[in-house]
Amino acid sequence: MNAIIIPTPLRKFTGGAGRFESPAESVQDLLEDLVQSHEGLRPHLFDNGGDLRSFIRVYVGDEDIHELDGTATRLSAGTEVSIIPAIAGGIA
Amino acid sequence: MVNPFTKAELERYSRHLIIPEFNLEGQRKLKEAKVLVIGSGGLGSPMLMYLAAAGVGHIGIVDFDVIEDHNLQRQVLFDINQVGASKAQSAKERILGLNPHIDVTVHETRITSENALELIEQYDVVADGTDNFPTRYLVNDACVLAGKTNVYASIYRFEGQCSVFNYLRPDGTRGPNYRDLFPSPPPPGLVPSCSEGGVIGVLPGILGSLQALEVIKVISGVGDVLDGRLFLFDAATFGTRTLKVRPNAKNPLTGEHPTQTALIDYEMFCGLGGAPKEERPVKEITPAALDAIGKKGEAPVLIDVREPYEFAIAEMGGVLMPVDSVPERLTEIPKDRPVVIHCRSGVRSARVIRMLEDQHGYDNLLNLKGGILGWQEDVDPSLARY
Repeated sequence: MNAIIIPTPLRKFTGGAGRFESPAESVQDLLEDLVQSHEGLRPHLFDNGGDLRSFIRVYVGDEDIHELDGTATRLSAGTEVSIIPAIAGGIA
Repeated sequence: MVNPFTKAELERYSRHLIIPEFNLEGQRKLKEAKVLVIGSGGLGSPMLMYLAAAGVGHIGIVDFDVIEDHNLQRQVLFDINQVGASKAQSAKERILGLNPHIDVTVHETRITSENALELIEQYDVVADGTDNFPTRYLVNDACVLAGKTNVYASIYRFEGQCSVFNYLRPDGTRGPNYRDLFPSPPPPGLVPSCSEGGVIGVLPGILGSLQALEVIKVISGVGDVLDGRLFLFDAATFGTRTLKVRPNAKNPLTGEHPTQTALIDYEMFCGLGGAPKEERPVKEITPAALDAIGKKGEAPVLIDVREPYEFAIAEMGGVLMPVDSVPERLTEIPKDRPVVIHCRSGVRSARVIRMLEDQHGYDNLLNLKGGILGWQEDVDPSLARY
């Protein structure tokens, strides 16, 4: 299994869950599993063209997927994927 | 090396001076440094205390705000006798009380595109303890344009981020900045609204302390600073991660095709400025008018569309029906007599009314002007504000 960590601002779309697990073997498939389970997340992660939104970063381990193979990045079992949102502070 | 310290200072800083890799040289660098702390709130509180205590020689404080009682849940610089007083001035008094061997300059102003460069240019290092996207981008861009290191931290509920942006490396190059991580901000519709904010009080204490630590490391050159790395802390799970931050080709300031060479209008950039999006006005009722008809015994149906945790703080007798549950509870909203809908300040309830009018044919709905905050102000001062 691979796991993806959901940041606090997006947890209202996952029923409060901070972690989602899936046997998916690529970042794309893992994100797709995630938004299929929590449809409300989709517009926050992807634009209308299906591309990842520019104010969201996705990491595999400690590396940005842009430095790897983007959403095509393969996952070996037990990898931790993180969604990193921009947070500003108390107001937003 | 000339010893610039008095006997009192040597004694005050002795616990730094006896760390072999820090020693008198590190302390001398702190004394000569000029640090600008932007925001003296949750993050600024511990930052200012520790930077002053550590002996940073010149500290600038930027804050236009006054102290409010609900700040004291986390802004430990202040006490109840200072409620209503200037944050920046109060912070200055507090930290000079802690360390009289330093200089403190107060900038009692909002940082803007007009004054940011002039402010920042007077300092060596900037520490960003602000709380909103327009100011985050403004501070980042000004630091890049002015060639200053930006020690950054940000918090939300249980989650904190910390990094050192635009760091001057020994080889003369600059490390990544905030725009490498997030070239542009999320649109306003996708950021949390007033019902979804909040922060656990200790969290800015932790992140602001980490910021102070990084400022001291940047100045003294001791240790490895968080350059090119983003530290994440989840207070709820005690999870920590340190991720790599790489230069981003799309960075409009330092990327492959820079498009920006000056500061811009950051309210506009973050989708907050300009003409507000025209939304159809809804019918309203003032708190005083609602109170008057209630006293005549003709009280309309009152529906409260806030969340249960808000209802627990203060309520005014409405039926609790959180925004997301409204579509499933239409049978509880009559169509044959006046219905007043309220939230905290009136924004969410107006949205609910538009939805009910557009999708379900209602024409008997009134928005409580100013929400429960307006009711508290005009009718029932015994309610708690939040």
